[in-house]
Amino acid sequence: MSAPLPLTAPAPRPTMPRWRALLLFDSKYTPLAITIALFVSMTVAGGIVYDGLLQPQIFLNLFVDNAFLLIVAVGMTFVILTGGIDLSVGSVIALTTVVSAVLVEHHGWNPWLVMPLMLLMGAAFGGAMGLLIQRFRLQPFVVTLGGMFLARGISFLISVDSISITNPVYMSIAEARLSLGGGCSLSVGALLSIGVLLAGIWLAHATAFGRSIYALGGSEASARLMGLPVAATQIGVYALSGACSALAGIVYTFYMLSGYSLHAQGLELDAIAAVVVGGTLLTGGSGYLVGTLFGVLILGLIQTIITIDGTLSSWWTKIVIGGLLFLFCLLQRLFAGLRRTRV
Amino acid sequence: MSDTAILQASGIGKRYAGVAALHDVQLTLRAGEVHALMGQNGAGKSTLIKVLTGVVAPDDGTIALVGEPIAPRSPADAQRLGISTVYQEVNLCPNLSVAENICAGRFARRRWTRTIHWSRVHEEAAAIMRRLDLDIDVTRSLSSYPVAIQQMVAIARAVSVSARVLILDEPTSSLDEDEVRQLFAVMRTLREQGMAILFVTHFLDQVYAICDRITVLRNGGFVGEYRTSELPQAALISAMVGREFALTGTDRQAVPTGEAAPLLTAQGLGRRGGVWPTDLQIRRGEVLGLGGLLGSGRTELARLLFGLDPADAGVIAIDGDERRWRAPAEAIAHGIALCPEERKTEGIVAELSVRENIVLALQARLGLRRYLSRAQQNEIAQRFVELLGIKTASIETPVGLLSGGNQQKVVLARWLVTEPRLLMLDEPTRGIDIAAKQEIMSEILKLARQGMAVLFISAEIDELVRVCDRIAVMRERRKAGELVGGSSEHAVLDLIAGTA
Repeated sequence: MSAPLPLTAPAPRPTMPRWRALLLFDSKYTPLAITIALFVSMTVAGGIVYDGLLQPQIFLNLFVDNAFLLIVAVGMTFVILTGGIDLSVGSVIALTTVVSAVLVEHHGWNPWLVMPLMLLMGAAFGGAMGLLIQRFRLQPFVVTLGGMFLARGISFLISVDSISITNPVYMSIAEARLSLGGGCSLSVGALLSIGVLLAGIWLAHATAFGRSIYALGGSEASARLMGLPVAATQIGVYALSGACSALAGIVYTFYMLSGYSLHAQGLELDAIAAVVVGGTLLTGGSGYLVGTLFGVLILGLIQTIITIDGTLSSWWTKIVIGGLLFLFCLLQRLFAGLRRTRV
Repeated sequence: MSDTAILQASGIGKRYAGVAALHDVQLTLRAGEVHALMGQNGAGKSTLIKVLTGVVAPDDGTIALVGEPIAPRSPADAQRLGISTVYQEVNLCPNLSVAENICAGRFARRRWTRTIHWSRVHEEAAAIMRRLDLDIDVTRSLSSYPVAIQQMVAIARAVSVSARVLILDEPTSSLDEDEVRQLFAVMRTLREQGMAILFVTHFLDQVYAICDRITVLRNGGFVGEYRTSELPQAALISAMVGREFALTGTDRQAVPTGEAAPLLTAQGLGRRGGVWPTDLQIRRGEVLGLGGLLGSGRTELARLLFGLDPADAGVIAIDGDERRWRAPAEAIAHGIALCPEERKTEGIVAELSVRENIVLALQARLGLRRYLSRAQQNEIAQRFVELLGIKTASIETPVGLLSGGNQQKVVLARWLVTEPRLLMLDEPTRGIDIAAKQEIMSEILKLARQGMAVLFISAEIDELVRVCDRIAVMRERRKAGELVGGSSEHAVLDLIAGTA
């Protein structure tokens, strides 16, 4: 270093184009590309084996039957992007269905009042968990596990039995369909889920809140040093997931027309599976909501194929999802390794 | 170069639990100047930076920014006032794009929707990078760029918030020579734009390459402020250590190792993706240097010798008996010890005390049934703290609170306790100051004279030449050759560069 150094800074260095050539395809999109490729190949392969699979309504039914899962998975994606986890979502759905049913059926409340109230309840429940996690530096896993037991327990406390919903507003929403022509249609729940997905994508990529979520997942210490609102973002993400769970609960009541404390058992795990299969890293900071959509569609497609086949046990769904999860975790490790060696 | 003082700190004092970390320290940063802050570990450099950036509040003294007294309460507060800091480890989010990392927290928004105006954000970020003479794609994620560029992005973020003072806290410790040159180019550009830069580093040649002035601290006290041109290197070193100090000529006695029986012989030892098959022989009482550039396979070879990575070719023989390591535990059982390169992540357990860190490896070797009594542990820890001159309040102090050089000594002590026959030191002197470096090196030599074999891995050629009996040089994951100790630095450099 003792040699005299040039006093003017070198112009754009010639090394730059080499990286560009090496990284024509930004590696951050690889997991997303794999998920989409998997869905497409599963659809094509399924379509070849099973005649009925490639009908448009079957495809639309993926949205209709998994609307609540997609809504929950959107909230879960945000939580996982910060490096956290939310195990309470299934129980919050159950709680929402039970409280809605009791308020509407037993107390005669106006459904249009109950629905926003449920959203508030979900957001408050999630926000409270977020506050515990943020304020007292608690593990998200344990806090939301507590939330999961709490919400499930409260719904049992309110009603042990299933309460069927006969309210005309719920009945008509449950039956309403948006016709897309050619005999194809979408339910209100499916439309809501697509709306939530679009809103989520907007939130993630066009707002400062969304970018703070990614920053938080990338490095909490750095986000703090950058002066980003780390605490508000972390609490906000759990509140958002809680609100998504409540909305999923409302959609679930349209779908099942009942409030029952055993509803949506284990759904939190399906949601996590969908997010992971969708290419989001459990360590946070990396992933896309579009990936989550395809994660949900892949889970739905497996179920659809098993239903169409008719001879396969429904447990095959679990086996295939299990296999896929292992595969994606391995892929994630592989990408993480590749990225590290490059830096 | 002007004489306008931008930042003036005077009479700064700070005490931690009654111990003075800083005492009556002055620092003046001027516009358009690069100012070096020098001092050994524990001299008070980090405390002073913490005071300037609002991490801790000083007990005495005042800080003035362009004549106005300030008292930053947090790094964010300091940044608002115009004092930005770039730390040794890049404090950015690797998963976000370069543009986001620069602009996060103050994105350009669209007027009505208040959503992020991405095209403007990208333009702004690119403009800021161009101010540093860097033309890179700001939409790519930060992790797709090398550490040097990441460091520049950190600087770009720091200066983009209308900073007048830029503090660079050891920014060069993980950069190679070329990258340092790039960083210096950026620093020069900023200096021309009138920024006052405080540059903290351990590398003396870098100070002379870029700095206009030097402030020296010693034991928390202010030694002096000098113009670089008026302070020869030897004078700087004696200002730092407080005594006349000989840089060269450690009293290395020629050890007749040629006849000593080899302790460890590796033949064709290699691993795909790690190092190509390599022969290496280490004799008793010998310091074998292992040189080469970063990534030349030095560390990988040590990991193979220690059994951290399984070798897929070649054999290791200890005392003539062939061995195959399935796990480091087997190597340890044969008296081999490895002091890893990444002190923070692989070496120390920051939360544990000095005593616990020192006895860790010995206890692991003895097994849980032969538990060392507290008295024994205290005795061992005390002995090594004294032997290696570890500066710590007590042996119960958590290691994380010690300075870098002292942490390294704790790691060294841990392995010395086990009385290894072969001690492998991977960059033992990286990131620590000269006096600590010198102490560690003379410690190494003393051990070798007592019959221990030492494998000394270092990127610094002068160190290798001074300490080692033989030097093996790695290049592109193979052994490029061997030299006897005392060879000229030029000969080593030729081997490293492949120009011999």
